[in-house]
Amino acid sequence: MWESYVLPTSVAQALAVLQAYQGRARLIAGGTDLIPKMKAGKRRIDCLVDISRIKGLQGIEEDGGDIRIGAAVTHAEVASSRLIRERATVLAEAALSVGSPLVRNQGTVAGNVVSAQPAGDAAVALFALEASIEITGQNGVRLVPIAELYQDVGISRVDSTAEIVTAIHFKGSRGNQASAFARLAQRQALALPMLNTAVVVAIRDGRFAEARIVVAPVAPLPLRARQAEQGLKDAPVSADRIVEAAEAAAQESRPRDSLLRGSAEYRRNMVRVLVRRALEQATTRLIGKVA
Amino acid sequence: MARQLLTMMVNGESVTVAVEPSAMLLDVLRHELHLTGAKESCGKGDCGTCAVLLDGKAINSCITPAMKAMNREVLTIEGLSRSGQLHPIQEAFVAHGAVQCGFCTPGMVLAAKALLDENPAPTELEVRVALSGNLCRCTGYVKIIEAVLSAAAKLRR
Repeated sequence: MWESYVLPTSVAQALAVLQAYQGRARLIAGGTDLIPKMKAGKRRIDCLVDISRIKGLQGIEEDGGDIRIGAAVTHAEVASSRLIRERATVLAEAALSVGSPLVRNQGTVAGNVVSAQPAGDAAVALFALEASIEITGQNGVRLVPIAELYQDVGISRVDSTAEIVTAIHFKGSRGNQASAFARLAQRQALALPMLNTAVVVAIRDGRFAEARIVVAPVAPLPLRARQAEQGLKDAPVSADRIVEAAEAAAQESRPRDSLLRGSAEYRRNMVRVLVRRALEQATTRLIGKVA
Repeated sequence: MARQLLTMMVNGESVTVAVEPSAMLLDVLRHELHLTGAKESCGKGDCGTCAVLLDGKAINSCITPAMKAMNREVLTIEGLSRSGQLHPIQEAFVAHGAVQCGFCTPGMVLAAKALLDENPAPTELEVRVALSGNLCRCTGYVKIIEAVLSAAAKLRR
């Protein structure tokens, strides 16, 4: 499958190996997506460059409200981080629903983004957090909004043979913001999402100051339900307005019939249910029960 | 294909093996070190029969490149008993009838050990979540969960 496996200790060293192999080496972090693909013969490469030991890619940090998650941080670390649970609840909940404990102990949140699956749980949460992805290449560091990173189903604009996702950045929630994640799957563990949704809401003086609603997989990439968001903006906080927003999100969704995930008709109905639950949950976290 | 030298701690002993760079940890454990407790079933990280502990965390060794274990600690089921004396989790599995065909048992026991090392007093739900990456086709899980809760109580005494 590959003839060499290297464990660089710095980003510069990893980039140098990638450059030396001129496209025939690629990065691996947790490997929970990549290795099954390679075992199935879907990828062919000469060298794997394992970035999971690089010190600068570890850890979750906060600086003035900005949260940075290093590229080697696993789903398990994110799910159990007190900072993430308090300031980006939606991401902690999403990370906890990925795969199984064994997968979460290795698979990284950054890898979930690079895999660019239309409903990667952690990535869907990062869409709602409007995260930026830090990419380091030979020409330096650039920050790319997560929505611009998705090229197509399973294809991101990160070139894993030449550049490295080094971190994920987003703003942690402030006092008047809360978030939530909801998911529909055939089992409670080890099951792909039939649907998932991530929401962030802000409330000021009894009104929704802001709502961000992401639904997947109802399009080639996670969908921002903009009409539902607009409908909530400046609206009084009430159970009825949440139901209306959930209905709008269902109307915006374009789920496909899928043997794996269920019929389009069923899933559109379930978008309404999941978005309502997630909005209620996030709102409840801010103001207690919604009337 | 040129082999690469891999040094790791396996069940408390330092081991150096020349491995194929594309070998999985499971293959090295089974075929080079003849530790056949970890099993291959699905081969893609879905079932947990290949589970071992890597620096104390349960992982699927069938999708873990062996080189990932470089300079790290691997615990397999063979390293759990001490001079013929079963670990309390293993004893509880026997006492509660939590073993039927036995194929999932090494992974189940190790996933349970990782949980109890981190959380000595888990709730039943926490046990279920911790074992949710380990599939069992025989027991229906009830006896396994009882065994883990009983072992937790015994280990706390």
